[in-house]
Amino acid sequence: MKFGFILPVVVYVLAFFVYPLVQNIVMSFENFTATSFYTGRAPFVGFGNYSAVFQSPQFANAVEVTAIFVVASIFFQFTIGLALAVFFSRHFPLNALLRSLLLVPWLLPLVVSATVFRWIFNAENGVLDQLLQSLHVTSQPIYWLVNPSWALVAVIIVNIWVGIPFNMVILYGGLQGIPVSLLEAASLDGANAWQRFRHVSLPLLKPVTTVVLTLGLIYTIKVFDVIMVVTQGGPANATQTLTIWAYNLSFINFAFGQGAAVGNLLIIVALVFGVVYIRSTRFVRDGAVSL
Amino acid sequence: MSNTIGRIASARPARRAHPERRHRNLRRRGFANTAVALAILAVLLFPLYWMINISLQPSRDLLRIPPELFPFDATLHAYGNALSAEGHALLVSLVISVGTAALSLVIAIPTAFAMAQLRLRLSRPILFALLVAQLVPSIIMANALFKIMAKFDLLNTVLALILADSTLAVPFAVLILRAFMISVPRELVESAYVDGATRLRTLRSIVVPVSRNAIITAGLFSFLFAWGDFLFGLTLTTTHAVTPITVGLYSFIGAYATDWNGVMATGVLASIPAAVLLVVAQRYVAAGVTGGAVKE
Repeated sequence: MKFGFILPVVVYVLAFFVYPLVQNIVMSFENFTATSFYTGRAPFVGFGNYSAVFQSPQFANAVEVTAIFVVASIFFQFTIGLALAVFFSRHFPLNALLRSLLLVPWLLPLVVSATVFRWIFNAENGVLDQLLQSLHVTSQPIYWLVNPSWALVAVIIVNIWVGIPFNMVILYGGLQGIPVSLLEAASLDGANAWQRFRHVSLPLLKPVTTVVLTLGLIYTIKVFDVIMVVTQGGPANATQTLTIWAYNLSFINFAFGQGAAVGNLLIIVALVFGVVYIRSTRFVRDGAVSL
Repeated sequence: MSNTIGRIASARPARRAHPERRHRNLRRRGFANTAVALAILAVLLFPLYWMINISLQPSRDLLRIPPELFPFDATLHAYGNALSAEGHALLVSLVISVGTAALSLVIAIPTAFAMAQLRLRLSRPILFALLVAQLVPSIIMANALFKIMAKFDLLNTVLALILADSTLAVPFAVLILRAFMISVPRELVESAYVDGATRLRTLRSIVVPVSRNAIITAGLFSFLFAWGDFLFGLTLTTTHAVTPITVGLYSFIGAYATDWNGVMATGVLASIPAAVLLVVAQRYVAAGVTGGAVKE
């Protein structure tokens, strides 16, 4: 009888997680194309899709873009988030209100934020190029989204902006959990603010830091909306991460088998970090994952 | 003990300001911090201001160099365009999001109850499966769901999007509800059994009312996940019949390249649910963001 309560979720997990993942593995060994949907036939090709993916010149590019995107995003999201968390740990008027307003970017649909940034980065009337020129930082427009190296910087900036609230909130919570008595003791022992932060707060924050960083990695590898809206992976594949490449292979080239193959590579990466995350959750309650 | 020594050693006379002056200093420093916080907020929220600013400007002002920093000739014209172009998509998104929230709660509430209050051997494997499920990149789900939905002839239906979006919401809803229901006292649940209530009855009349806040949080976030979904909307629909607002906004950029005030007005309209939730349900939002993530 007890089992009745759990039956829906068992059916659900089988139907909407296990079955799709198995389908995806099957597809990655088939020459599954647009015609497969009509004929219902997709010839078995063994590791053909995987070798096609590995041999593609786009593979190395996608791995490099993904690595830069992930590392740069996480580094800045985390450091800025941590700085804000420390700053908001001070007591000052309107603290709680301003802190909750900082969450707004996180609650908006990503497509909306990304759309706004696309206009901010726009070449002709973009406010950022205008601002940089009027401040004499640059003498001419950067053409953010047209220039391949700046386009990657642009999507990273957007992604950092999106990730700051999450990092700040979790790290703020972690900082609040540090006993005030420890900080006071350190301060009585003559530790200055930086020493207190470096030698008391930071070490005690480590479990939370691990969770934030691993979750950050998992989310950043998945990022689709931001890049798709701001650059569509362009110009000249300069912002084509593995996720965007998998999308392009399946839904633009209709090479679903190859898209599935790239997807399965992604899943391996996500699961490796996932293990780190799940092992570190003993410090943390569940539920944090889908932020 | 060493603290006392430290205190004596570090007690510099200059620090010992007059209590009143010290208080005044603290207050001044407090306001200085508030000013810094406002500046940070201004930088971080600038894109949102810019969205609203552009959405209120008439089309001719958009071509100005430098751009207008304030909508001096504010007009709601762009909102009219946005509503007529994307009103249907807003409605579609509303239906999908409500459907996703309902489906997610229907699955998550009994699951969380069973995992938290009934001793079940399956609880741990399910918990693990849901944790792993959250790690799966959505692009993989989209790839497989496209094939599956095509097979069951569900492409371009609201149902397909509800089912797909629920994969974003169900694990989160179960985990957050379970975390809450664990804290419901066993005695409360057991006393209901003693009174002869069935498990279902206990769930309905004891656990659900007690867990109201957590259920609202789970429902709100399920709604927001579905409302914000872009990938499933983009991949599982091929016609305009069931385009959600995120996809509508995306194609709006391409279709009306110069009509950025209309695009921004659509963006503002698409942000309304999040804004409303932040105002109306702030404490639930705060609960959901941390997701009970950090142990107090």
